[in-house]
Amino acid sequence: MELKRVVKFEAERDPAFAQWISHTVGGERIRHCLQCGLCSGSCPLSLYMDYTPRRLMHLSREGFKEEVLSSYTIWLCTCCYACMVECPKQINITHLMYALKTRAIQEHFYPKRFAIPELARDFSRMIRGSGRITESRLVLRVFLKTAIWRLVGFSSLGWKLFRTGRMRFAREKVQRQNEIVTILNAVEDTRKEMAR
Amino acid sequence: MSDARNPDSAPRIGVYVCHCGTNIAGTVDVQALTEYAATLPNVAVSREYKYMCSDPGQELIRQDIRDLGLNRIVVASCSPLMHEPTFRGALARAGINAFLLQMVNIREHVSWVHTNKAEATIKAKDLVRAAVRRVGFHKPLEKRRVEINPNVLVVGGGIAGIHAALTVANSGKHVHLVERQPTIGGHMAYFDKTFPTLDCAACILTPKMTAVGSHPNITLWTYSEVASVEGYVGNYKVKVRHKPRYIIEDLCIGCQECVEACVYKEGRWADEFNLGLSKRKPIYLPFPQAVPQKVLIDPEACIEFKSHKCKKTCVEVCGERHAIDFQQTETIEEIEVGSIILATGFKTFDARRNAYYGYGVHPNVYTALEVERLVNASGPTGGEIVLRDGTKPKMVGIIHCVGSRDHNTNRWCSKVCCMYSLKLAHLIRERIGAEVYNFYIDMRTPGKGYEEFYDRLLDEGVHFVRGRVAEVTDWPVHPSEEGKLIIRAEDTLAGFVRRVPVDMVVLSVGLEPQGDARDVRRMFNISCSEEGWFLERHPKLAPVSTFTDGVFIAGACQGPKDIPDSVAQAGAAAAEAMALADAKYVELEPYTAHVLDDACSGCKTCLTICPYTAISFIEETKKAHVNEVLCKGCGTCVATCPSGSIEQNLFEDQEIFEEVEGLLAYA
Amino acid sequence: MKYAYYPGCSLRGTGRAYEESLLAVFRALEVEVVELEDWNCCGATTYMSYDELQSYALAARNLSLATKGGNDLMAPCSACYLVLNKTQYYVRDYPWIGQIVDHALDTIRLPRDISVKVRHPLDILLNDVGLDAIKAKVTHPLNGLKVAPYYGCQIVRPYALFDNQRNPTSMDRLLEACGAKIVYYPVKTHCCGGSQKGTLPEIGLDLIKHLLTEAHRNEAEVIATVCPLCQFNLEAFEDEASNAHQFHMPILYFTQLLALAFGIPLKEAGFQRSFVSIKPVLAEKEIAYV
Repeated sequence: MELKRVVKFEAERDPAFAQWISHTVGGERIRHCLQCGLCSGSCPLSLYMDYTPRRLMHLSREGFKEEVLSSYTIWLCTCCYACMVECPKQINITHLMYALKTRAIQEHFYPKRFAIPELARDFSRMIRGSGRITESRLVLRVFLKTAIWRLVGFSSLGWKLFRTGRMRFAREKVQRQNEIVTILNAVEDTRKEMAR
Repeated sequence: MSDARNPDSAPRIGVYVCHCGTNIAGTVDVQALTEYAATLPNVAVSREYKYMCSDPGQELIRQDIRDLGLNRIVVASCSPLMHEPTFRGALARAGINAFLLQMVNIREHVSWVHTNKAEATIKAKDLVRAAVRRVGFHKPLEKRRVEINPNVLVVGGGIAGIHAALTVANSGKHVHLVERQPTIGGHMAYFDKTFPTLDCAACILTPKMTAVGSHPNITLWTYSEVASVEGYVGNYKVKVRHKPRYIIEDLCIGCQECVEACVYKEGRWADEFNLGLSKRKPIYLPFPQAVPQKVLIDPEACIEFKSHKCKKTCVEVCGERHAIDFQQTETIEEIEVGSIILATGFKTFDARRNAYYGYGVHPNVYTALEVERLVNASGPTGGEIVLRDGTKPKMVGIIHCVGSRDHNTNRWCSKVCCMYSLKLAHLIRERIGAEVYNFYIDMRTPGKGYEEFYDRLLDEGVHFVRGRVAEVTDWPVHPSEEGKLIIRAEDTLAGFVRRVPVDMVVLSVGLEPQGDARDVRRMFNISCSEEGWFLERHPKLAPVSTFTDGVFIAGACQGPKDIPDSVAQAGAAAAEAMALADAKYVELEPYTAHVLDDACSGCKTCLTICPYTAISFIEETKKAHVNEVLCKGCGTCVATCPSGSIEQNLFEDQEIFEEVEGLLAYA
Repeated sequence: MKYAYYPGCSLRGTGRAYEESLLAVFRALEVEVVELEDWNCCGATTYMSYDELQSYALAARNLSLATKGGNDLMAPCSACYLVLNKTQYYVRDYPWIGQIVDHALDTIRLPRDISVKVRHPLDILLNDVGLDAIKAKVTHPLNGLKVAPYYGCQIVRPYALFDNQRNPTSMDRLLEACGAKIVYYPVKTHCCGGSQKGTLPEIGLDLIKHLLTEAHRNEAEVIATVCPLCQFNLEAFEDEASNAHQFHMPILYFTQLLALAFGIPLKEAGFQRSFVSIKPVLAEKEIAYV
């Protein structure tokens, strides 16, 4: 048996994290969570999660940042909104998952070469560069960076897509690309100003 | 020295400043305030005291009235809602009219809302100055007396209405009990056993029902509704609409031979009492222990009403009693009562609103009330707990909090569902030995013997899973789930999601106000809370009275509650109604409005404005008239009248202007 | 009737058949559809996970361009539909987000008004065009073809703007008007997993398998979808999800079935892009096609 001693001291909590989650968009009602478990019950992915959505809500509002940002939960969420529509306290759970995902990406709380944050990064780079996504290029890039051996397994699917004209390599792009860059930068500028 | 008892003489005002311990004195400089008050015009004496509402405090006032000939009093203390009656009483005992008093609120309006002592004291001085100027114009007023009719109307024949009616009737007063269903009994008549004692509901209810039916002091109106209410406390005129049973009630003896003889050999219409789980004939007795024990005919189902060509075997077999009358019509009769007790009960949450539980879609999803009927020996299955196809379920899931504690449907906790869910779990285990799963969020067992009942259940092998059920589905994932209904919920205590295949799903539906509560409350001139429950005068201290004098509420119509609490409230409402009747008269506050006939132009603007429908138009004189007994002194008509011809006692124009000018003349 | 049209990135790639069949159907119904000029990617769920505020700004650019145009904006891809609607709601409900978006639009000299009505083709076909007009166009009825209507999550959750949130029936009614028979499909709003099949393959497969199993259990011959990613997931991994080739259903877009019923040539409605040909089923059900 591999024994582990677990007791949580108040000093280990991160009150700033708890504060942040209660005040972020969508977290206004997190203190109302009754821990009824309806979210976990309706979540199609909860079967695989280490912390079910319900547990994650409680851990978040109590400030256990490490556990929350290193959980599988936030990566497994497909944002299908099943939890939110039934929540008896109308808590915006999906939005909180988005917020936690963003924070985990920003603070690098994930293993090396983990596909999802890499996907997010490449996606955003492609938008900044072209304004639209060329699926084939994006998928290729992400696989090359994270799991190059899986490309082999995908080759027959890739062939089928190519054969049916669904895999196009020509770069999809917006004509006024400068507008995209401008608005993204504008958002950053305003955000920095608001932080001040 | 002016005559204290002659209020027309120059005002001699006594000002009394209360410390209220440190409640006021902590933030207001009471000494400075008292000294300031002494300098105001017409003030004969100004004193301060720690607790003005206490006996010595009141004695201070009385002594000064006697010794110094005071004829106006200003008390600067707490809110009038707290102690106006106290100080008015002091004035009256000292021999001057109680309404020559003005209170100044320097607690809730000053010391409790400000922190800066200097500013608070200035504000207190302004308020006292205003009151001193106003009180000089107060006139003596007399409370009016209204006689009370000792008869009581009870609306609703459930357990609360029954208990209230019996209590009042036993005291010798006459009760009219009006019930909209063809039988009394309410929801309690549907149950098999009641928690926590597992008393048989019918055994404890039917004796009371019979007592109501045979009580000399109770007039029982069943299949009737209140059509209109007029009047005021002690003097209500109520019209009762009696719906036609097509049976002459006095002649029917409840033998039910007509039901047996009906041309329909079998029932075809959904039996309301069995919630549609069985069928009845067009002529039927609501349920075997109905009170009154009389049948009725459903005109939508009976052939005679549709085609006038029925053999009428029912009439034939009724024979010489001649109790059936197809020509019967609705009647409206008027009764006079002094007080009204509303005990109209609740309805259950419509489980179809929670689509994810599949009620109405999957046949073996039942509501708890339907299962009560299944379990009941006089129910549609003779007490057998069976599925729609007649087989016994081997696994049953009971889902708590359906339509309760949910911002998407009803926010409140319905209070009784945890207990009745435990009861049903017990009965199901006892009768058919099925595996029972209770899916709950919190187990709410606050009453006497309730937690002990839960303890008892814990020994019975029921699976208690803490988790709000996400959905009830019929698509199987595991071979053991084929052909079953699957309940999917997170077992929050264990920390993972579970799928439980069951044969029968029982939805513990919550309680809601009756569908027409908002219309009913308007008829009786009371209020509803935001959710639709009848509004009590005070949630803690006056749970059975309303803001309308003479109208009381009892039971689940005031909020979700169980039988003991309903009965307790019914007794309380009966006591209040009886107290009213025994007092023989009631005194009404005199700050009512009245129309100055000379000035009234008959424009009728005030008539529709009055929220208490207290103003009527007198055709002969073409003037408006305020019924002082209905008037609550809200002042709306006074403000509305375009010619300024309505005045209100204690709020006359001069009194108000003086108060305003007093405020504006800065110290 | 005229609509601005927002294809979204997928309809140019793996979802080509959706665009082809959608435009063909609207052409047949004589409804004018004009592609939104210089539209950009909406960001979908991925950009939202990366940076929420930038995501709103990206969506707002499209909304502003569309509002300028004056017509309702049709967004066939579920993710685009959701993101565009969501942006409008959040900009309205959180004034500080509104400020950031306004400022961003100012910098590229676009109007701040982003109030265009974002519509889904199901909504437009059912409510604007109407079932009668659709029925009138049916020349090659679907002869009771058993269809499992798969709605997916994002067009009914969290905003159910044109259909019942738990039991949507808009697609059911449209396809029934073409002669199809809709099978009982209780999992019609369950998530397909989105991009999880690519990033977390075995989990993604589980969700896809579940959807295919229920369609198969209820004897569906075809699954009709509304979202390019759902369609891709179900089709691309149908073999992998099958044990010994039990699943072999054509996975189509509902617009393809409409096109079929309207007598539009199969090639024009993108049928050649399917992995599983629909021709055997059509032959079996004796459904005529062009």
